[in-house]
Amino acid sequence: VPVWLTDVEYRTLSAACERMIPGGDAPGAVSAGVPDYVDGLLGAFAFDPPRIWAGGAFSGRHGGGGGFGSFTTLGPLEELAWRMRIEGSGGMPEREFNGPVVGWQEQYRRGLAALGEDFADRDVDEQDRRLDADPEFSALLYEHCCEGMYGAPEYGGNRDGAGWAAARFAGDVQPRGWSDDEVAAP
Amino acid sequence: MTVDAVVVGSGPGGSTAAEILTRAGWSVTIVEKGRNRLLDTSDPGMLGTDFSNDELKFVHRHFLGPDPLVEPRTFRSSDADGAHVLVGEVNSIPSTVGGGGVHADGKVPRFREEDFSLLDTFGPVEGADVADWPVDYGELEPFYAEAERLVGVAGDAGANPFAAWRSGPYPMAPGAPMYGALRSSAAAERVGLHPYAAPTAVNSVPYGGRPACNNCGFCAFFGCPIHAKGDPVAMLQRALSSGRAELLPETFACRVVTDGRRATGVEVVASDGTRRTIGAGAVVLAAGAVETPRLLLLSGHDHPLVGRYLMTHYQTIAFGVFAEDLHAERGRAVTHVHDDAVVVDDAARAAAAAAGLPWLRGGMVEHGGTGLVVAEAKRYPRGRRHTKLMASSPMRRHLWALTMQGEDLPQRSNAVDLDPTVRDARGFPVARVTYRPHRHELAASAHHRSRLVRLLEEMGATATGVSTSPAAPGELGWTGPASSAPDSHHVMGTTRMGRDPRHAVVDGFGRLHGLDNVVVADSSVFVTSAGYGPTLTLVALAARAAAALAGAL
Repeated sequence: VPVWLTDVEYRTLSAACERMIPGGDAPGAVSAGVPDYVDGLLGAFAFDPPRIWAGGAFSGRHGGGGGFGSFTTLGPLEELAWRMRIEGSGGMPEREFNGPVVGWQEQYRRGLAALGEDFADRDVDEQDRRLDADPEFSALLYEHCCEGMYGAPEYGGNRDGAGWAAARFAGDVQPRGWSDDEVAAP
Repeated sequence: MTVDAVVVGSGPGGSTAAEILTRAGWSVTIVEKGRNRLLDTSDPGMLGTDFSNDELKFVHRHFLGPDPLVEPRTFRSSDADGAHVLVGEVNSIPSTVGGGGVHADGKVPRFREEDFSLLDTFGPVEGADVADWPVDYGELEPFYAEAERLVGVAGDAGANPFAAWRSGPYPMAPGAPMYGALRSSAAAERVGLHPYAAPTAVNSVPYGGRPACNNCGFCAFFGCPIHAKGDPVAMLQRALSSGRAELLPETFACRVVTDGRRATGVEVVASDGTRRTIGAGAVVLAAGAVETPRLLLLSGHDHPLVGRYLMTHYQTIAFGVFAEDLHAERGRAVTHVHDDAVVVDDAARAAAAAAGLPWLRGGMVEHGGTGLVVAEAKRYPRGRRHTKLMASSPMRRHLWALTMQGEDLPQRSNAVDLDPTVRDARGFPVARVTYRPHRHELAASAHHRSRLVRLLEEMGATATGVSTSPAAPGELGWTGPASSAPDSHHVMGTTRMGRDPRHAVVDGFGRLHGLDNVVVADSSVFVTSAGYGPTLTLVALAARAAAALAGAL
């Protein structure tokens, strides 16, 4: 069940994410959980603490405790910044000290609506045409897809490290790190 | 309540000043506008656990601040651009306890002897105000040595034939060399250059109660999860452990309060918006070369040169793509550098003459790669090409880059002032950066880039390219006026140091001319930029300024 998007929006989002990072020999955006990353970002403030910054110091994947899953708290200014970025300014004077801010939620709501409720059922050429018609939204979505694909799994994407495996990237490595030989040798 | 000194900013400069002052018996309050992720202020032996190998958090989600939505800066290249062409992130150094030391990858070279006397050594340059420093290398050397001990620097004395003289060895030997750096260093030697193990503020052995680095690779842009980095944690630990210092995070200094002749304290805004004044016998400003002049301007300090002579480093980045996996994600981000481009040789003199300049100087060249996989992904196009490029990875696993930190000449028109309309979330005018490179920087970049490319070809690059920061028209990365904002975090020069109050904002010990119980202890005081990262030099100057303030010189 999506955290913030409607089911219809989530379906459109999933199809759009798959056009950004298509599956094939390697897993694509959908099987790596990228739509969940995006939905989780838009709904970050549905959680306490908000799912903005994963905790530290270690994930547990290479020893140490599993701290990434406990998200860090936000200070007042940090919460203001992230609410402005995600929710927008919504006419609130305390968020409009430099004018109105359109948040990601509104950009996604509009952008997904413009792709059409039938987007997921169209062929890929038609899907690409619709994405190309809104370059600003496509650019935002692509950035988030990259984050969801190759960011730490605790943010909801990169399921089972699928993105890191495709990129042949070890991910976080603390507290193991690398030996001096692993650094210096080919 | 009155303390002996309020220190504004907890980065390398402020932390150093706090340690020196508490050591002299002073009571110190350190105010820091960012959050504290570094250590437990009530038990400074306990280090924070929020730093992690997490690219989203540190590179894409502003974890170390400042967040450009609530604390933006603005940029323009000259008056002709109007009020500004960019609102957002401009030269942002972390706004967090530890400041820029937290995200730096810890390259901490000293300057060379001639860096303090460019006017005397090489002469003036039209369109710039090249000047000599009121302090020379010999006076600063003991403080460089102390700075290396305070921070904890690993290096190899004698490895760099162009280095200034030094009174002793580095506190630690260099850490593990990166494979790519061994390859590029060997190629550099074959083309007649002099690479060496970079002096690095990262523990190669346990030092100062903190562990040796384990090569995780999340160094540049990240806080160190195991605290092996010589960010200012060591200085803050010692200052706080003295019992004479307190650290107030999330506390914004909005005004230096004076009685007309002397500073009497600092007005601060807490995170809940309440304001109060902390009374002080002296004030140390160490908010960085953008925020320090901003605070002086917000305070109504009327010296006409406050904010002027902003310098950054004009970065020339030559990159090569290699058949082999260079695994730059392992190790300390940059383990080798060379200084040949700092030296004015016959070829540099000829290039200067051809460009109509009396001389030109480049800067230290860093050999490195990248392990930022999300940033790599964002550079590629979407669709099928994305997955192919991520698998072949020309911009990460098979990339090696040489970054020259080019000397940037001081120009009066390059400045920090208060933006006429843009405010931060607290309601204060933000810093506006007006910056345009001098033709010296462009000529030096043009001269040295071919040598960088030749080195990459000697190393075996199958393709090469060059970009600059700031981008210039016609260069890779130029997308219009906003792309001409420099994104180097090396910022210097906005409260220039000098003996003559008509030509300088502070004296040779960082004291404001006309308000001498206010001391600037960051890179704002730099007279020229040299071709080296500013951190160690600003720490040495802060140590010297604090010792003078405490009457210990």
